[in-house]
Amino acid sequence: MNIWLVMLLGGLITFGMRFSLIYLFGRFEVPETMRRALHYVPPAVLSAIIFPELFLRDGTMNLTLDNYRLIAGLIAVLVAWFSKNTLITIIAGMIALFLLQFFL
Amino acid sequence: MNGQARNFWAGVRAEFPLLIGVFPFGMIYGALALNAGLSRSAAQMMSSMVFAGSAQFITAQLVRESTPGLVIVLTIAVVNLRHMLYSASLAPYVASLPTRWKTLLSYLLTDEAYAATVIHYEREGATQSGHWFFLGAGFSLWFTWQISTALGIFLGTAIPESWSLDFALPLTFIAMVVPVLKNRPAIVAALSAGVVALVAHSLPYKLGLIVAALVGIAIGTFLEGRKSPGGTL
Repeated sequence: MNIWLVMLLGGLITFGMRFSLIYLFGRFEVPETMRRALHYVPPAVLSAIIFPELFLRDGTMNLTLDNYRLIAGLIAVLVAWFSKNTLITIIAGMIALFLLQFFL
Repeated sequence: MNGQARNFWAGVRAEFPLLIGVFPFGMIYGALALNAGLSRSAAQMMSSMVFAGSAQFITAQLVRESTPGLVIVLTIAVVNLRHMLYSASLAPYVASLPTRWKTLLSYLLTDEAYAATVIHYEREGATQSGHWFFLGAGFSLWFTWQISTALGIFLGTAIPESWSLDFALPLTFIAMVVPVLKNRPAIVAALSAGVVALVAHSLPYKLGLIVAALVGIAIGTFLEGRKSPGGTL
């Protein structure tokens, strides 16, 4: 699928969700289970993207110290935990990866 | 100044601290989208066509991994489901507006616009020109997002390949995910989705991502339901 079509469909779906209950006001309520499930969308989707990025190198699991992205990623997790700051986390992770690649 | 203009600028002012926070992310998005292989025009247009920060970062990442378009669209849908909650939450306040206003305000209903607007409505209720506040908050964010994207695309062309800029995407996701790991169901949802993503990595069409996300969401929801009703947010 062409990227423009992806953006068009993705945009229409996003607009549709933003418009949905404003449009359907009084005729439809968000079910309780869905309301609850929505809390788990960010941790689930983001982790599903992060894990392969950190653990897989060229499609196979790499748990050795040669996997710099895993080490830098774990450092970023710690920085995120303590700083609660997105920009500091990104910068710390980039510096960690840079130093690992440069010195090891 | 009449009520409409006053409310519009009050919306812009309320949004202002969020604009400062959003600006660097628009720039990072622009630079990373380019780095992920999107053309300059596609990277810029995504900021107005999709106009949703996290979904745009994720789309850039998936484009970089050559994910099939349908899977990207599905992922955008799952990631942006939360907007239905915002829509439900603001619906009573805009119920009496004509459809063209509802359409415009819905397009502008981002996380950041919602945050400022819902606080205003909860304090003031649905006033005569309250929707101008919503418009001020939403439009100022939209404008900031377009400008910061453009600046990021401009700077992105100047960043050398050897900087491993692509790693900034997973780092952005780490920075987003860690703060939401506030309780056991959320942590288990994240870990199970991550592990399933590794196991299901070789599934065709990158479907592993969708499967992993659904497993994580189901497990989190189940654990929360077993523990006690409600109680997270």
